[in-house]
Amino acid sequence: MGDTLKELLLVEDLRVFFSYRPGFFTKKLVRAVDGVSFSLAESETLALVGESGSGKTTLGKATLLLVKPTAGRIHFNGRNILTLDEKELREFRRYAQMIFQDPYSSINPFMDVYHIVEEPLLTYKTWSEDERREKVYKTLERVRLTPAEEFARKYPHQLSGGQRQRVSLARAIILEPKYIVADEPVSMIDASSRVEILRLFKELQRTGGISFLYITHDIATARYFSERIAVMYLGRIVEIGDTEDVIQEPLHPYTKALIESIPEPDPRNRFVERPTVMGEPPSSVNIPPACRFHPRCPYVFDKCRTDDPSLRAVGRNHMVACHLY
Amino acid sequence: MVMLKVEELLVDYMTVRGVLRAVDTVSFNLDRGEVLGVVGESGCGKTSLGLALMRLLPENTKRVDGRILMDGVNLLEVPMENFIRDFRWRRISMVFQGSMNSFNPVLRIGFQVAEPLMVSAGLERDKAMAEVERLFRMVGLPADTLRRYPHELSGGMKQRAMLAMALTLRPEVVILDEPTSALDVSIQTQIMNLLKKLKKELGLAMVFITHDIGLSSDICDSIAVMYAGEFVELGPADEVLVNPKHPYTQKLLAATPRVRGGGMLEFIPGSPPDLVNPPSGCRFHPRCPFIISRCNTDRPGVFHSDGVDVRCWLYG
Repeated sequence: MGDTLKELLLVEDLRVFFSYRPGFFTKKLVRAVDGVSFSLAESETLALVGESGSGKTTLGKATLLLVKPTAGRIHFNGRNILTLDEKELREFRRYAQMIFQDPYSSINPFMDVYHIVEEPLLTYKTWSEDERREKVYKTLERVRLTPAEEFARKYPHQLSGGQRQRVSLARAIILEPKYIVADEPVSMIDASSRVEILRLFKELQRTGGISFLYITHDIATARYFSERIAVMYLGRIVEIGDTEDVIQEPLHPYTKALIESIPEPDPRNRFVERPTVMGEPPSSVNIPPACRFHPRCPYVFDKCRTDDPSLRAVGRNHMVACHLY
Repeated sequence: MVMLKVEELLVDYMTVRGVLRAVDTVSFNLDRGEVLGVVGESGCGKTSLGLALMRLLPENTKRVDGRILMDGVNLLEVPMENFIRDFRWRRISMVFQGSMNSFNPVLRIGFQVAEPLMVSAGLERDKAMAEVERLFRMVGLPADTLRRYPHELSGGMKQRAMLAMALTLRPEVVILDEPTSALDVSIQTQIMNLLKKLKKELGLAMVFITHDIGLSSDICDSIAVMYAGEFVELGPADEVLVNPKHPYTQKLLAATPRVRGGGMLEFIPGSPPDLVNPPSGCRFHPRCPFIISRCNTDRPGVFHSDGVDVRCWLYG
């Protein structure tokens, strides 16, 4: 990508550190995001795949300035958003939205669907009441909550998980954003409805010209929604490439193990122990030196213990941070 | 050898909106060392089924009917006191969904896991701790875990400790309710490999409750697909996963994203029914693509086809 498509978001060497005090006099640093660079084109979906603690949510939030980056640059539409003043920031927030994992707790249970979806419009005093009503109904139709008049009157408890997530989506797209960070948007939705929601995302990506950063632990759903996949491990992107390339020919040992870990509905699985990554990820307080994956890597050799590998191009659009390449 | 036989089990809850039938005429057999997968989406009644087997249903349970037979004894008719003494945890135990987060934060893990041994089996503290150490080794926990507090353990380690706890009184059947749903995929695979090992080494029978049909293939010998309180399909894993009979099973498999192979993903339009007012006839008919005339009036019985029990008129 990037050859013909216009770049919407460019993240360079982004770092997000948190400090905390485990004791009264000690102070420790959590390196949640530790030097990440990537770009996102207009109308493109990049899946950010990783396990819990890999920093994928922090990275997603940092690109929206919902957490403060410690260092690095974020360009949105060519402008460095870290230097925006308050007025410009308000403008940026209109074009950049977020959808959260839990459709049960991310929308207000005391508001009906109409008011939940209308709320973002009220923060910008641009539209009259009639215009707002028209926008709300139109947006409900775009996320297939039809008949819109009927759904507008409902309260969250009257909706299924899939319908609630569509309310979150309506709320996110009503200001016609260019960029949406979707953090595990389907992981709490039943399997039979998950694909329906992902298809809706896909459609909005095309018709609305929206770019998505799709944060997920599930490579299998990423395959059906994203053009590219970035695999994160302990605050770094260890592999990034076109979705099918990463899934069919994973390069990084971690990506390989992650893909092997996914159970496919095959009854022969029950007779074998399936391979996976041994041990558990270290905490981002104690990141191993050199290659951060080396203590768990089955292919580890001397260089992995001394040198930190950087992301290098191996195939077309395919980059990996591993000394094997 | 049939170890657990469930016949026409039925569970009704009283809710503010009326009576809700969570488990509806469910029957199955479980052999020694067999793993039965109960696969279904949220609200289909799979957890209620597990709780019914443990006789731990909530207070608003209005009616439990049918039979749960172990060695010819109907567990539902055993006086509660005797059930607790002779069956619960001793012959049938359960790992509850999300229970790894219900360890008491101020007590050491070893003590908490040893508690049933001291209280139920009357073991001395030292003997109980030695037994827990043995169990911890079996589930792959280092010996020093005994002296740790819950917050010092990762999710995967807590789930291993939870499993050890379910095994303390050496039950023959363990019910596992979504035992890996809060864990990362690599840890999930580690736990699944452990369960396979326990199944083989201890001849443990399991009821493996999950929403993930892909994961069920990882350990289950037979699979029951549950929809709106009913087992709509029950048979050997090789049949159910490879030649699914019930339209719901077919569509659920078609909706499962895969990393290997290609194919289009489908979804099932609509959502599962409200169990206070279930649809007439077949519960799945409002979402079924193969509906025939009698589906919306008559509830299908259980039909047999290629060794599989299926509740669908297409096989009647």
